[in-house]
Amino acid sequence: MRRETSVRRFLDRHWYAYAMVLPVVVVIAVLVLFPLAQGVFFTFTNINEGNIANPVLDRPATYVSVGLDNYLNILSGDASYGAFWGTLVRTLIWTFGCVFFHYTIGLGLALLLNRQVRGRAVYRVLLILPWAVPAFISAFAWKYMFNAQYGIINQALRAVGLPDPVWLGQSDWALVAVMIVNIWLGVPFMMVALLGGLQSIPGDLYEAAEVDGATPWQRFRHVTLPGLQSVSSTVVLLGIIWTFNMFAIIYLITGPNPNTRILVTYAFERFFSGASRDFAVASTYGVLILSVLLVFAGVYRRALRKQGEVW
Amino acid sequence: MSVEAASFKAVQPTRALKRSERSRLASFGLHAALVTASLIAVFPVFWVLVTSFKPDARAVETTPKLVNESSLDNYTRILSGEKGDFLAWFGNSVVIALLTTVLSVFLSATTGYAASRFRFPGKRSLMLSFLVVQMFPFAVLIVPLYNILLALGLQGTSFGLVLVYCTTAVPFCTYMLKGYFDTIPGDIDEAGRVDGLSPFGVFWRLVLPLARPGLAVTAFYAFLTAWGEVAFASAFLSAADESKTLAVGLQVFVQQNRTEWGHLAAASILVAIPAIVVFYLVQRFLVTGLSSGAVKG
Repeated sequence: MRRETSVRRFLDRHWYAYAMVLPVVVVIAVLVLFPLAQGVFFTFTNINEGNIANPVLDRPATYVSVGLDNYLNILSGDASYGAFWGTLVRTLIWTFGCVFFHYTIGLGLALLLNRQVRGRAVYRVLLILPWAVPAFISAFAWKYMFNAQYGIINQALRAVGLPDPVWLGQSDWALVAVMIVNIWLGVPFMMVALLGGLQSIPGDLYEAAEVDGATPWQRFRHVTLPGLQSVSSTVVLLGIIWTFNMFAIIYLITGPNPNTRILVTYAFERFFSGASRDFAVASTYGVLILSVLLVFAGVYRRALRKQGEVW
Repeated sequence: MSVEAASFKAVQPTRALKRSERSRLASFGLHAALVTASLIAVFPVFWVLVTSFKPDARAVETTPKLVNESSLDNYTRILSGEKGDFLAWFGNSVVIALLTTVLSVFLSATTGYAASRFRFPGKRSLMLSFLVVQMFPFAVLIVPLYNILLALGLQGTSFGLVLVYCTTAVPFCTYMLKGYFDTIPGDIDEAGRVDGLSPFGVFWRLVLPLARPGLAVTAFYAFLTAWGEVAFASAFLSAADESKTLAVGLQVFVQQNRTEWGHLAAASILVAIPAIVVFYLVQRFLVTGLSSGAVKG
């Protein structure tokens, strides 16, 4: 009896909120949580194109459980399963390399643009351009420019007497090339976000610091950086997640090149390009990638909390 | 901070450094750095534009000139459908991106509002789940979604792809819209309630019209996500040429041995120009929504 009234009171108070939230909860449950559970289930099977249920062909599912085999095969680092550990290291180099340059170049440009400089609006528009171009178009443009024979980059390098590597071949130059493209692509977002952050720092703080005799470096260190902290922590986390999962650039520029292979591109190779269409291994890679990101986000959050940042 | 206020602030720097304070050398260095960065940012696009007028054979010459037998031939061939069904790809991309946008903004608006205005048990975990979904690599969902689309008979169709894009667009839009609704003062809601409107009435009649700029930016974001998506589109659309999106169709030009750079460049320009124009119009609002939503959580 008593419980009934409390349930009713609870609903009276909150039913508006729940009714409004319902559509998205349903969508997430149907399109994300249910598939996620199914995906985790698939990692314990040998599902592939040949044994998945296919109503068009009127064929029932015939995949069977294989226990932990997929995980064991992948985590053993076997080359025929994508050399997991090597690929993980490459993914980390790719992610942190890209985000480091996104952030430092973005911050540098934001600081320049935050000054009173003639033609600021024009610079801003020009610098944002890489963000405005659809990523697959940029990928094609850079693939053209990186061509070893007729690409403009190597022609420029030759013209000034520098060595001109085969950028997109089977060497680590390919990874350098795709990183350059991704850095070019990601700087505008960081720049605009940090510019927004810079403009929300009250000017009084700088004046006070100046009155106290702070040097420009001290002002940057003790006023600018702390003022940017909340924006920075968000965009860096987002940047890391996006870059870790970035697929289009690598796939469109180098294809299935083992020298640019990161975890997501390999998962896609297993899902799509390979003759076997090994869905089970693709799913297992998906679960492993998600686990790495969740662990990382947890650590990141804890580190921020220690600094008193609530997030 | 409202979006209008933010854009106003963008024009008014917080701390105006007087030009006289800066030495000539520093000024020169500042401009040199900005000019260099701008050139790097613009050059690839400029180079594609130049190439788009050249015949394929001239696009691969080893000492390039800006203009070499340039003409509009590439564009006419692309638009006449001689080089793959460009107009069909374009149409597919527009339809898929628009449907994704409408569906996800429509679904996420109420939730964003509820998360912004009401305290209710489970709100925190809901918001956290939106953040976690941002972390999902497509690899974790690609197989089950493929399986579901097969079961529903939607595999290879545009609508199937729209459903797939909603997995990322809906949480993202909700997050951004919550951030935008937070900037609309709660007094407005209270005034509406005093006048006898229900919470739904307040949302529909008062808040939604005020949130129009936020809705527009969110919609634009959702549109761009679907417009440029490569992985799901490559894997899920049927092999028939007329069912492809632009991101998949343009790969036709980049085959193993002979890449038709001139044609690819012309097609790229046709895709990029409208995107750049629209982007230019909304760019100043883009980050405010994202960062205000993300920072306030």
